[in-house]
Amino acid sequence: MSETRRITYRDAIREALSEALTKDERVFLMGEDVGRYGGAYACSKGLLEEFGEERIRDTPLSESGFTGAGIGAALAGMRPIIEVMTVNFSLLCLDQIVNNAATLRHMSGGQFSVPVVIRMATGAGRQLAAQHSHSLENWYAHVPGLRVLAPATVVDARGMLWSALECPDPVIIFEHAMLYNEEGDIASEGPWTADIDHAAVRRDGDDATLITYGGSLPKTLAAANSLAEDGISCDVIDLRSLRPLDRERIVASVVKTHRAVIVDEGWKTGSLAGEVSAQITESAFFDLDAPVERVCTAEAPIPYAQHLELAALPSEEKIVAAVRKALRI
Amino acid sequence: MTDEELKNLVVKALFEVAPDLEGEDVDPDESFRDQFEIDSMDLLNFIIKIHEATGVDIPEKDYPKLTTLVGCVAYLKHHRQGAR
Amino acid sequence: MTAFRMPSLGADMDKATLVEWLKQPGEAIKRGDIIAVVETVKGAIEIEAFEEGVLDRHAVTPGESVLVGTTLAFIRNENDEGTSTKAVVPPEDITPAINRKPETEKSGAIEMISSNASRTAHVVGERKVSPVARKRAAEAGVDIARISSGEDGIIGLAQVNAFIETGEAEQKERTLTQDAPPKTEKPSLNLDVMRKAIGDAMTKSKREVPHYYVASTINCTALKSWLEVQNAKRTVTERLLYVAPLIKAVARALKETPNLNGFFTEGAFHPSTRIHVGVAASLRGEGLIAPAIHDTDELGVDDCMKGLRDLVTRVRTGRIRGSELSNPTVTISILGEDTADSVTPVIYPPQVAIIGCGAIVQRPWVVAEGAVEPRQVMTVTVAADHRASDGRTAARFLRTLDKLLQAPEAL
Repeated sequence: MSETRRITYRDAIREALSEALTKDERVFLMGEDVGRYGGAYACSKGLLEEFGEERIRDTPLSESGFTGAGIGAALAGMRPIIEVMTVNFSLLCLDQIVNNAATLRHMSGGQFSVPVVIRMATGAGRQLAAQHSHSLENWYAHVPGLRVLAPATVVDARGMLWSALECPDPVIIFEHAMLYNEEGDIASEGPWTADIDHAAVRRDGDDATLITYGGSLPKTLAAANSLAEDGISCDVIDLRSLRPLDRERIVASVVKTHRAVIVDEGWKTGSLAGEVSAQITESAFFDLDAPVERVCTAEAPIPYAQHLELAALPSEEKIVAAVRKALRI
Repeated sequence: MTDEELKNLVVKALFEVAPDLEGEDVDPDESFRDQFEIDSMDLLNFIIKIHEATGVDIPEKDYPKLTTLVGCVAYLKHHRQGAR
Repeated sequence: MTAFRMPSLGADMDKATLVEWLKQPGEAIKRGDIIAVVETVKGAIEIEAFEEGVLDRHAVTPGESVLVGTTLAFIRNENDEGTSTKAVVPPEDITPAINRKPETEKSGAIEMISSNASRTAHVVGERKVSPVARKRAAEAGVDIARISSGEDGIIGLAQVNAFIETGEAEQKERTLTQDAPPKTEKPSLNLDVMRKAIGDAMTKSKREVPHYYVASTINCTALKSWLEVQNAKRTVTERLLYVAPLIKAVARALKETPNLNGFFTEGAFHPSTRIHVGVAASLRGEGLIAPAIHDTDELGVDDCMKGLRDLVTRVRTGRIRGSELSNPTVTISILGEDTADSVTPVIYPPQVAIIGCGAIVQRPWVVAEGAVEPRQVMTVTVAADHRASDGRTAARFLRTLDKLLQAPEAL
């Protein structure tokens, strides 16, 4: 359409926060170091100055406490945005999210909604070692009552927050730590809302379907590019929503290409990749030409040492190899 | 036996020995070998069939007389009469 | 319980279509009983049982095309307890190994499978076929058993598409039908397919087998005279063709040159103590088949003749037995009357020799004191595998054969 401008993923999040705070006075941001420090990944830099302490609230180091407070505020009619530093730390508020936020609509017979948005960083690649680097998106994607999003592009990072705030149920947004510095073009003018119900096809191809999300999308696209040089064309599907999964789009692509490779930074055992694989075999078994391949993280806590960390994670080379295996070439 | 009956008998014997030829037209004057790649084993089997069907004893030196349909009919006509 | 599997019928055959069952569930089976008739590129072939038992159930229905090694039926053995299914590949499988343990030894049977399995993984047993490959094949009406797998042994979409695209499908296609195909009265041969099968086997032979050739012209006057005298005394049904004493003489000569009789398998030559001469018989139109006369060296000339007549009759009517095709230890190719003077044949692997006999023709011959007289002569060419023997062996064979043919009455 009209003009575009180039911004980083981090900027996109900050703009989205700023826009939400401006548009709806029920919105407020709460979390560790979101105010004076500007956020662990600097996503809320400057917001305290702009919106004040009432709406940009630094909290004690108590994930369970401030997440529970956010859920309470949502029940009371507010639109809180909770920032948790990393998915690893979110385990401290897992009880609040799984036992309260996810269940209250059901347990109240639909009388209560919990329109809270919980943002958290996820993933490895910055040498932050095992306490800060895991990918536990699948733990949340397992839970009914939650919506789980994984914006992988600048456009989605810009648009998904508002769409999440419009959702009457608790929404978890996973921001992969390696994406914050990624740049992308967004429309100069809004609205910037994003579709949070469907997967997106990031690349079109006929020979194999690559299914991924979040921080693995750039690697997967790089692998698809390199395969294209050898004449192998791949569909690349960005799941975007990890719960619910867009089964229809996944199946349609696999029916077209007959081969599926899932790239997921989680550990393979019990992974989201396992769920996607199961859905493919449930719905597209008779269209498969090869076993579903999964490229996941080595089954070990993410190592600190850089070479070990890289070795543990999915890589372009591993994705290319998996596609070749599925194609038997 | 009429010529026609003898002819039918010969063709039947040929097709029994070489069932893959069943239904083929048999040129009365051309040799079986040239027409149908009948080899010496086929010919021997064919002569045995003729012998079994007619009772005519056919010495080996007469085999060359039995390599065409016309030849067979003539030979059998002659030797059946002789046998009587 | 034993799995009765589709045996291999030679290097150039890897699948066959079941035509009919001759044994039904519940029927007792003896070794050598003909259980089923299958149709191959070589025509209809009777498949024999290799052990005693009772036919438990069929695993394949007439009309189905199956790969070598596919379970056709299950045979209940006398001392069967429980339901364990033991797979036994018939001894004639692929390459008759000579030093095999008797198959009555259960351990021997199992060992045999494992040694075969590695070599023939791509054809034996249940093949891996991707779901979409099955679906595509079904949509196209292509029988999956006719499709060759990829190098990894798997049939994927690529293999099915290639099969369909190359148009082979149309040519080779005999779709799976519910009903048995009409019982063939005459051998229904797909000659294109047969030509390809021969081509594949001979290409492999010429590529892999280091052939050498040795030839001699042999005076057959004595043989012909002896036959003339014999046949004059005999009734039509008992008469001999020169092929009968010739085959007998070849078998006897082979006994003295064992390095021409046997198989080259797994990197080594395995001489055979038994001599099963395969007789190459041309099929009208095009095509070749070389079924064996078993233990040729132990048969009299009359038995050789009987065996030959029986074989040729069954070749013509399309009823050759699996074991006859699978286990010749050597092959003889006899051109016959009114053909050509000599033939330089190509070895049929894993055999190590083939003997080519030209027509017996009248030619000038130098006799005692340098006089030249007409004689009935035949040029015999031995093509043999240099990995198993060398020229001297073949020359000795030809000298022995010559000597034997000079005294046909002693054969």
